[in-house]
Amino acid sequence: MSPPLLEVEGLTKHFPVTIALFPRRKIGWVKAVDGVDFAVYPGETLGVIGESGCGKTTTSKLILLQEAPTGGAIRFDGKDIAALAGPELMRYRREVQVVFQDPYSSLSPRMRVGEIIAEPLQIHTALSRADQQERVAEVLDLVGLRPEVATLFPHEFSGGQRQRIAIARALVTNTRLIVLDEPVSALDVSIRAQIMNQLEELQSRLGVSYIFIGHDLATVAHISHRIAVMYLGQIVEMADAIELCAKPLHPYTQALFTAALPAHPDDKREKLAISGEVPSALSPPSGCRFHPRCPKVMPRCTAEPPARREVAPGHIVACHLY
Amino acid sequence: MPPLLQVTSLETHYVSFGGARVIKAVDDVSFTVNEGETLGIVGESGCGKTTTCLSIVGLLPPGARIVGGQIEFAGKDLAQLRQSEMRRIRGAQIAMILQDPMASLNPLFSIYTQVAEPAYYHQSIRGRSLRQRVRQLLDAVRIPSPTQRMREYPHQMSGGMRQRIVGAIALAGGPRLIIADEPTTNLDVTIQAQYLDLLKELQQETGVAVIFVTHNLGIVARMCVKLAVMYAGKIVEAGAVRDLFNSPQHPYTKGLLGSMPKLGSKEPLFAIPGHPPDLATLPSGCAFHPRCAEAMARCTLEEPDEVRVGGDWRARCWRAEPQHGQSAKDVDVAAAVGS
Repeated sequence: MSPPLLEVEGLTKHFPVTIALFPRRKIGWVKAVDGVDFAVYPGETLGVIGESGCGKTTTSKLILLQEAPTGGAIRFDGKDIAALAGPELMRYRREVQVVFQDPYSSLSPRMRVGEIIAEPLQIHTALSRADQQERVAEVLDLVGLRPEVATLFPHEFSGGQRQRIAIARALVTNTRLIVLDEPVSALDVSIRAQIMNQLEELQSRLGVSYIFIGHDLATVAHISHRIAVMYLGQIVEMADAIELCAKPLHPYTQALFTAALPAHPDDKREKLAISGEVPSALSPPSGCRFHPRCPKVMPRCTAEPPARREVAPGHIVACHLY
Repeated sequence: MPPLLQVTSLETHYVSFGGARVIKAVDDVSFTVNEGETLGIVGESGCGKTTTCLSIVGLLPPGARIVGGQIEFAGKDLAQLRQSEMRRIRGAQIAMILQDPMASLNPLFSIYTQVAEPAYYHQSIRGRSLRQRVRQLLDAVRIPSPTQRMREYPHQMSGGMRQRIVGAIALAGGPRLIIADEPTTNLDVTIQAQYLDLLKELQQETGVAVIFVTHNLGIVARMCVKLAVMYAGKIVEAGAVRDLFNSPQHPYTKGLLGSMPKLGSKEPLFAIPGHPPDLATLPSGCAFHPRCAEAMARCTLEEPDEVRVGGDWRARCWRAEPQHGQSAKDVDVAAAVGS
């Protein structure tokens, strides 16, 4: 197997909680990301799934260097990204791009589509104006838009087309990894399928890797090769997408599967075993963080945080049951 | 027994520029809801599903007008009622749950005041029994320690709890019909599942009929008995949920079903090309024909009439045919999409 493109090891991010007017007095820490390990291989999609507040967006911000980690390391091509500087840092920023959830706020309304897509080129390359335009036309074609649309403004496009523009912008610098932060959640159902198919096609053509963040299990499972399930800042289970769907081990993953909506009215379903809501990350429960909601809780779970164990090749779960 | 709600050829138009521009947001829409039944209305943004619901409860925004059709609810035509009469029905007999609970709750009033209001006005409950009733309602929507919670304000609650409070308000007037407009879109997956379970239980306890407006066919599969699929202001297909999932007749229904990712399957999704039309500039003939894989020359010119596929099952497509041999259970949806 080829070496991983991106490797995350023991990543933590704690945000201080302060009182108004006294920014130096810290009264606590929000452990948004607390000891996360994963790797993304070339040409692969890693799905990250979890509910709001589980730390999936903070993880993506750490990868994109929008936040500095409290601890742990992120390695890209074997190099720690925290130590990058100068041209190496620029190279990292060029090769790792992002697509956000809402294409209505992620594209500047005052720039033409061509300018939006060419902006990374102006920053990162020394291409001439004509070469830039050629490259813009090339990526517009890749995402299924006509090259003529480069002269239009974002408001002239529908949601799905805007998301294609955002993907084109992410691809323009010969990107190797794209962080997709809920890229289809804001889109209509029929458009969602278009964008997902497009993303899959682009990956098979260009070999780009994705980190696909989402909260809809069926969507994430469809597009991902491997899936990491996050709960309160930690990865509770990680496995191959097909294996995870066939044999979810962690009670939280199992709950996500029971909570997933059926594809057909005749689909059997069990009653959702978990109750309550995700506790605040400000004071996470002791031991296993899922224990207050877990239907299979044991005395040990309240005291001891479970270690991550590889129960089958590539299938990692953090639970005392296994 | 007559149906609880019977909407017949409803037409709601948005009129602007003094009548120079007319948008037919709801165009010849008919459906029925029986006592205790659950109807799902599915469609993409801008297909007129929300306008249909707002027409029923008489809360249309300025500029929108019901220009034709009847909305018969328990023997009365709601389209003809005056606002003062409508006020006695809305909240009492028909309640609504909206997508964003923070927008439907008033941040300045306590939970108690807001849950008590429909019971106060519509059922004239006062004093201690009102307090009792609010506690009962909060209990019914599984709010822990209701006595304490009813003194609190919306900002002290989580998203899932707020949506349950909205559910309690909807139930407070003792309605016979609840219209839920994308009630779980803002909720997390496990919270959504809990909320849907709760709605189903409440429906079994109280026998209230529910109209679910959503773009998510998974919710329909879990919650509804009947389904109406809307496209560009019209119902393009309607019938029993199981029939529509098993052998969809309209290409749009097929497309929606095909674009749903299925758990554990890696097959490429069937995507409907193009995007929903602007209601102001609708294509000629069948509004769906530019996106339709099965379009014929006729579709571009003539608008299809409603075809009765069988029983209550109707489709607006030139290719739809009456089904004989009702039980189409074994037909695989995927196979139907592929064909």
